[in-house]
Amino acid sequence: MQYFVQLLVTGLVLGSVYAMVALGFVLIYKSSSVINFAQGELVLIGAYMALWMTVSLHIPFLISFVLTLVFAVILGFAIERLFLRPMIGEPILSVIMLTIGLSAFLKGLVIILWGTETRVFPEIFSQEPVKLGFVRISQVYIWSLVLSIIFLVIFTLFFKYTDIGIAMRATADDQTAALSMGISVKRVFAMAWAVAAVVAAVGGILLGNINGINISVAQFGLRVFPVVILGGLDSVPGAIIGGFIIGIIENLASGYLDPYFGGGVREVASFVVLVIILMIKPYGLFGLERIERV
Amino acid sequence: MLVLNNIEVIYNQVILVLKGVSLEVPDGDIRALLGANGAGKTTTLKAISGLLKEEDGEVTDGSIEFNGERIDKKSAEEIVKLGIFQVMEGRRVFEHLTVEENLRAGAYTRKDKKNVKSDMEMVYSYFPRLRDLRNRVAGYLSGGEQQMLAIGRALMARPKLMLLDEPSLGLAPLLVKEIFEIIQKINKEEGVGILIVEQNAMAALNIASYGYIMENGRIVMDGPAEKLKENPDVKEFYLGLTEVGKKKSFREVKHYKRRKRWLT
Repeated sequence: MQYFVQLLVTGLVLGSVYAMVALGFVLIYKSSSVINFAQGELVLIGAYMALWMTVSLHIPFLISFVLTLVFAVILGFAIERLFLRPMIGEPILSVIMLTIGLSAFLKGLVIILWGTETRVFPEIFSQEPVKLGFVRISQVYIWSLVLSIIFLVIFTLFFKYTDIGIAMRATADDQTAALSMGISVKRVFAMAWAVAAVVAAVGGILLGNINGINISVAQFGLRVFPVVILGGLDSVPGAIIGGFIIGIIENLASGYLDPYFGGGVREVASFVVLVIILMIKPYGLFGLERIERV
Repeated sequence: MLVLNNIEVIYNQVILVLKGVSLEVPDGDIRALLGANGAGKTTTLKAISGLLKEEDGEVTDGSIEFNGERIDKKSAEEIVKLGIFQVMEGRRVFEHLTVEENLRAGAYTRKDKKNVKSDMEMVYSYFPRLRDLRNRVAGYLSGGEQQMLAIGRALMARPKLMLLDEPSLGLAPLLVKEIFEIIQKINKEEGVGILIVEQNAMAALNIASYGYIMENGRIVMDGPAEKLKENPDVKEFYLGLTEVGKKKSFREVKHYKRRKRWLT
C-alpha cells in the first residue's frame, strides 16, 4: 500500500509537469492548427536558462525563475515573428515541418551554449522529505505539484475571463469570423507561442529540480504526445487531466511491471492506454466534438 | 458616409470579380444590395470590411472611402476600429464559446471596456431570448438564435455602419420578419447605418430606403426602394411576380431570353 501511494504521488508530480507542457502544445494547436514539434526544445531552453542564471550568474533562484519566464515570453514572440508569421497562409504541413526544423535548431543552440553533460540545479528545496501519513515525499515534489497547479489555475482563468483569452478561443473556433471582429489573429498566434514557451519553461525548471537536466529533456516534447491526444488536441482541461492520468499510469506501470519486463514499461504504458481510449473516444477524452446542428 | 467609387476586385491576381462597382451608404441609412448567386455581393462587402485580403483578393482599381478616409488598403482590424462591422453570411458564431463570450468577443476592439456590460444589456433588450441563453454554448443555439447573436455581437462593437450578409439565410419566414423588424429598430434607435445583402429581395426592400441590383460584378440598376419594387424587371426576377399579386407562370415565359436584357 505504501509503495502504491508513493508511486501515485510521484505520478501526480510527473503528471502535473506533463500537464503544463501539454497546455502549451494545445494552445498552439488550438489557435493555429499547428502541431508544435519544438515544444520539447522550449522545455529544454527554459530549464537551461534558469540553470545558467542561478549557477553561473549567481542570481537567487526566485529571481532567475521570474527572469526565465520573461525570457520565455520574448522567445515565444520572437519565434512567432521570425519563423511562423512569414508562414501564414502556407499549407499547414509546411508549418509543421518548420517546427521540426526549429526543434533541431534550438537543440543545437543548447548544445553549443551549454554542452551535453547532465547538470543539476543547486539545492533549492530542502532534501528533508516531508511525512504525510505513512508516505515520505521529498519537498521538491510537493513544490512542483503546488507550482504547476497554481499555473494551471491561472491559465484556466485567463482563458475563461480575460479579453485576450476569449479572443484566443474565438480565433481557434473560426479564424475569419474572429478577424471580422477586429481581433488581430497575428497577435493571438504570438500570444499562443509566448504562453507555450512560458509553460514549457516552468515545466523545464521543475524537471531540472527533480532530476537534473541534459539534452534528453527535449524528448519530453514527444512524451507529451500521448497526453494531448488522450485529452483531445484542442482541449485545455483535457491537456491538464490527460497530463495527470498519463503521469500516474506511467509511474504505476513502471513501478509494478518493470521487474517482469526488465524495464521500459514506462515508455510503452501511456501509448497502450492511448490506443484503448482513442478506440472508444476518437476525439480524445475532452476534445471538442464538431458541433453540428441537424 | 461610405462611398465606393468604381471599384474593381481581382482574386488570385487573375480572376476579375467586381468590374467597377459604385455605391454609397449615407450615415444612418439602410441600403440594400440585391442580386443572384455569384453576382459579387459578398465580395463587395468583403472589399469594404477588409476581409478580402484573407482570401487573396485585392481592390485593384477605384477607391473605398468612409467619412472621407480611404480604407481600401487598411486591414480588417483597422476597419473595425473605424466603425464598420461585417456580419458574415451563415452567422459564423463562435460555436464553442457561450453567448456572453461571443458578445464579449464582439466588443474586442472597444476602448471603453466599462460600457461593455451596459451594452450587453442593450443587446439583450433587442434580443430578449439571448438573455435566457447567455450561458449556453453558441453552437447549440437554433439558426434564428444564432443570427440574433451574430447581429448582437456586431452591436457590441458600437459600429457606425453594419454590413449584413444574408441575415435571412436558412430561417423560417416568421423569423425573417422578426429579425428584419429588429434590424430596422436598431437602425432607428442606435443610428447605425446598414448595408444589407439579400436574396430575399422583398424583405430587404421593405426596410431599405434605396437599393442596388448587381449582376456579374456590376451594378445594373439602382434607385429608391419604392421605385425598385415597382420596376417590372425587378418584380419579375427578384420578387417573382408578373402582375402584382399574380404568381408567375413559368410555362409562358422564356426566362433565359429576358434575362439577357440587362447586360448590354
